[in-house]
Parts: sequence; structure tokens; C-alpha cells
Amino acid sequence: MPDTPRPIGSDAPQLAQPRYTPIKRRSFFMYAGATAGATALVLAGCSKDSDTTPASTNTTISLGTGDVGVLNYAYALEQLEAAFYAQVKGLTSTPLSPAEVTYFTQVAAHEAIHRDFLRAAINRDAPGKLLQDLTPNFSGIDFTKRTMAAGDSKLGILDAAKAFEDLGVAAYNGAGKLIKSPAYLVIAGQIVSVEARHAAYVRNLITPGSFAADDQVDATTGLDKALTPSTVIAIMGAFITQKLDASTVGH
Amino acid sequence: MNFFQLIDQLAEVDPDVLDRFDSRRAVFNSLGTLARRSALAATPLFMGALFQKAYAGTASVSTDVLNYALTLELLEADFYRQFIASTLIPGGAPAAAIAKIKQHEDAHVTLLTSTIRTLGVTPVAGTSTTGVRFKALPAGATYANYLAVAQVLEDTGVRAYKGRAAELIGAPNDLLTIALQIHSVEARHAAQIRTMRGQLPWINNNDDLKTDPAYLNGVRNATGTSLTLGGATFAIPAYDATKPSPLESNVLQGATAAAAAVNTATALGTPYTADDAAAAFDEYLQAAEVVDASRAGGLLA
Repeated sequence: MPDTPRPIGSDAPQLAQPRYTPIKRRSFFMYAGATAGATALVLAGCSKDSDTTPASTNTTISLGTGDVGVLNYAYALEQLEAAFYAQVKGLTSTPLSPAEVTYFTQVAAHEAIHRDFLRAAINRDAPGKLLQDLTPNFSGIDFTKRTMAAGDSKLGILDAAKAFEDLGVAAYNGAGKLIKSPAYLVIAGQIVSVEARHAAYVRNLITPGSFAADDQVDATTGLDKALTPSTVIAIMGAFITQKLDASTVGH
Repeated sequence: MNFFQLIDQLAEVDPDVLDRFDSRRAVFNSLGTLARRSALAATPLFMGALFQKAYAGTASVSTDVLNYALTLELLEADFYRQFIASTLIPGGAPAAAIAKIKQHEDAHVTLLTSTIRTLGVTPVAGTSTTGVRFKALPAGATYANYLAVAQVLEDTGVRAYKGRAAELIGAPNDLLTIALQIHSVEARHAAQIRTMRGQLPWINNNDDLKTDPAYLNGVRNATGTSLTLGGATFAIPAYDATKPSPLESNVLQGATAAAAAVNTATALGTPYTADDAAAAFDEYLQAAEVVDASRAGGLLA
């Protein structure tokens, strides 16, 4: 490394410093937070009720490669969210307030539109590459509870909504750099900000003022979370009957 | 400073960092034994040469996008400073929410400033009296007036990041990811401010401010392709008058170079209302539209 020697006493720390101190904290919170979120979801997935394993879980379904892989990845996420909110919307007896039901009905429409749009876009741009319909497994969610109480083994509706929305935001944020087509990146951006709005709203329902709390947005860097597809798919796994493989997404 | 810790931390934010060196093994081999590694790694000269080589030439036009983003963050941060200084914010939850938002905007300013500087470019600057700052609201402005401006600023910020994210495709140092991580925080802020104003968290057809220029398109005055603000000059794409940004009521999404857009209200198999279809997607703004006098440009002091 015979580069020209420089007065490094100040140079190295200067180069390192901005990418060093903040990132250290960011990474910590990113992973700490991801773990916390993942724990809630994994706990839900490990509910004692869900001890039957359908045969279909033996087959792993690849999300595909390149941009289509990213689109299928988003499609998987939106399928999960849309199915969840459809169930919330369809409850004949709900623990949510009438105002909350009104809001969630709109959120349900947004997520269904995201799902159907992605399906249409994949069929349009990559015929034959569409991910199959996924079968949700919501046995870890208690749809009679608004939020989980101490000692509950299942998530309440709002807990699950918050987990899905925050996960969605982190998923799109982490997938952006895997996208090669500007048009797809823009559409992902158009979707993720709506997910972030949902997330902020749901968070405030659970804890007023937590729309961008420190467990989700690093207080030092002001950055939201970003997670890799494989991390997200692993967390989602608790809520989907099929086993997905995101290892080739974007490659 | 622990050299190996530094490498690991860089690898977290920049997965390619090790590829930037000859290779992980080569780096370690070149360091020799543990004792020599420690001795060498403690040498600033070695560190500087290594990193200078690894990151040489990675600064690029990305810094134009970052300075553009920094301009908006400075504007927001100074706005919230003035909002808090107005003493109009009720104590308790409203004050806490605005303080949290300002904390994030300040953090974005710090992060973008240091990142731009690291890339060897002069960052846009602003203080309460110089450079990029918010033009004070007229005397007599109310809490509601400030909140309305906050909503416009946040929703504009959300649109602005979308408008230039594509320019960061392939940018080094995970700049695109960082931009996206700021973008979604702005969306959270927007949802919060909207809720404080009694509006839905997402942009919708019943918004009381839907005719504000922030939610429309086009420019009042065509701007150039270069801006000089707060001690820095950066390029922005020329305004493309043939493609004004979509209105927030838009339901035609996903057009590509090769394929037409999909109508998200009528062409998805299941029919959806135009309002739901429009609200499900936020729209972008061209940079020239953002900095136009009718939008953020008009809020600069």
C-alpha cells in the first residue's frame, strides 16, 4: 500500500469518524431493535397451537433473482399484510374502536392495492415469474385482543399491525439498493412511505407519541431501520405456511 | 482506535468494504502476525493509506443529491427551532412530539453534513441567522399555522426524497439506503403532524391542504440546473416540463420505459375506490418542483 504518505494524525480519524461513531450506534439499534421485533413475531409464531406442520413447508420457494426477485419479495410482504388486515376488517366482533375500524379498513385497502399492483406489475414485466399465493398462518395472533397483556402468549391486533408495518418499512429500506431499475425503485419508494405512515399511526395507537420512537428510529442518526431480505423472510416465516428463500433476491 | 473493530463496523454499513481492500485475506496476510498487526494497526499512517486507497474515487455526483437533501433537512430543522422558540406549542404530548421530530431533523443534518464532507465535497450550511434557514412566519402566526407548515414541509420532504432516490442507484457507501432510511422517517413525521392536525395520516382526497402547492405539480419559475445555497453549490436535474410530477390523486402507477402504467383503481381485478388507490401510493416531485418558489424554495429565508 505505497500510497503517498499523508499527515494522517487528523486524516484517518476524520475519514473514519462520521462513518464510525454514528454507524456503530445505528447498527446496534438496528440489530437490537430487529431482534426485539423479531422476538415478538417469533414468539407469536411459536404459539403452542401451531404444532401441525403442513407438508408443503418441506418445499422451499425461491423468490427469484434480480429485480423480479425484489418485486416478488415485496409481493410476499404485501400478501401477508393484506391477508392480516382483511381478517381484521372482517371480524364480526372486534376489540377495536369504531374510529380504529374506520382507519384499518382504509389500511386494508392500501395493502390489498399494493398486493394486487405488484401482482399486476410482475405479470406484466416478467410473465411466469409470479410468486404463488401464500397461505398465512395467524395462529400466533389473538384477534379478540386489541393489544397483548402481560402473560399473553399471542400478539394482539395492534401488536401484530405494528410489527408488520415496521417490518415492511425496514424491508423496503433494505431492498432499495438491490433494485436496478429506476422505475421500480421509485414505486418501492411510493409504497414504503405509505407503510411508514401506517406504522406511525399504529404505533401511536399503542403508545401515543411513539410514531418514531428510539426503538425504531435511531436517536443519534435519525435513521429508520433497514433489513436484508433474508432477515425479513426469516421473521415472516412464522406467519406463512410456505417456506421462502430470499437468498437470490436482487442478484 | 481499534482497527479491527473499525473494519467490522465499516463492513456493517458498507458490505463491500472488504472488497475495496485487495481482499480480506490479503489485508490480513499483509499485516502478518498478530503482534505485527497490532503494531501496524496502531499506526495512523497505515490506516490512512489503507482507507484512502479503499475509498479513492467513490465520491461522485451523489453528493449533489446529498446536498439537496441536506438543504431540505436544514430548512426543516430551522423551522422546528423557530416553532419551538415561538412558545406556541402546548406542553405534554405536542411538545414532546415536536421535540422528537426536531431531534431527527438535527440528526439528519449532522449525518448528511459529515457524509458529504467525508466524500470531499463542501456541504450546504445554515444557522439561525445565515445560510439555509426558514423564513420566519409573519407576526401573529398561530400554533395551527405552524402545524400546517410542518405538514407541508414533511409531506414535501417525503416527495422530494422519492424524486431523486434513483440517482443514488449504485452509489457507494450505502448512500441510497441511508436516503431511504431518512425518507421513511420523514413519512413517520408527516403522519404524526397530520394526526396532530386532525387529518388522516396519509395524503388523501379529504385533506384540508390538498390545494396547497406542496400537493400539486409544476413550477412557478423554471430554475436552472445549479443551486448555490449556504456556501455550497450543487446540481439539480433540469425541470422536465413534459413530465410534471403526478398529482397525489394519481391512480396510474408503475410505468416503465417498456410498459404503460397500471390503473390501481380499475385494473387490478378487484375494483378499488379512486381515493384508496391514490392514498396507497405517495407521489414524487422533481427536484426543480421542490425548490420552486411555490414550495420549499419559497420557505427559505
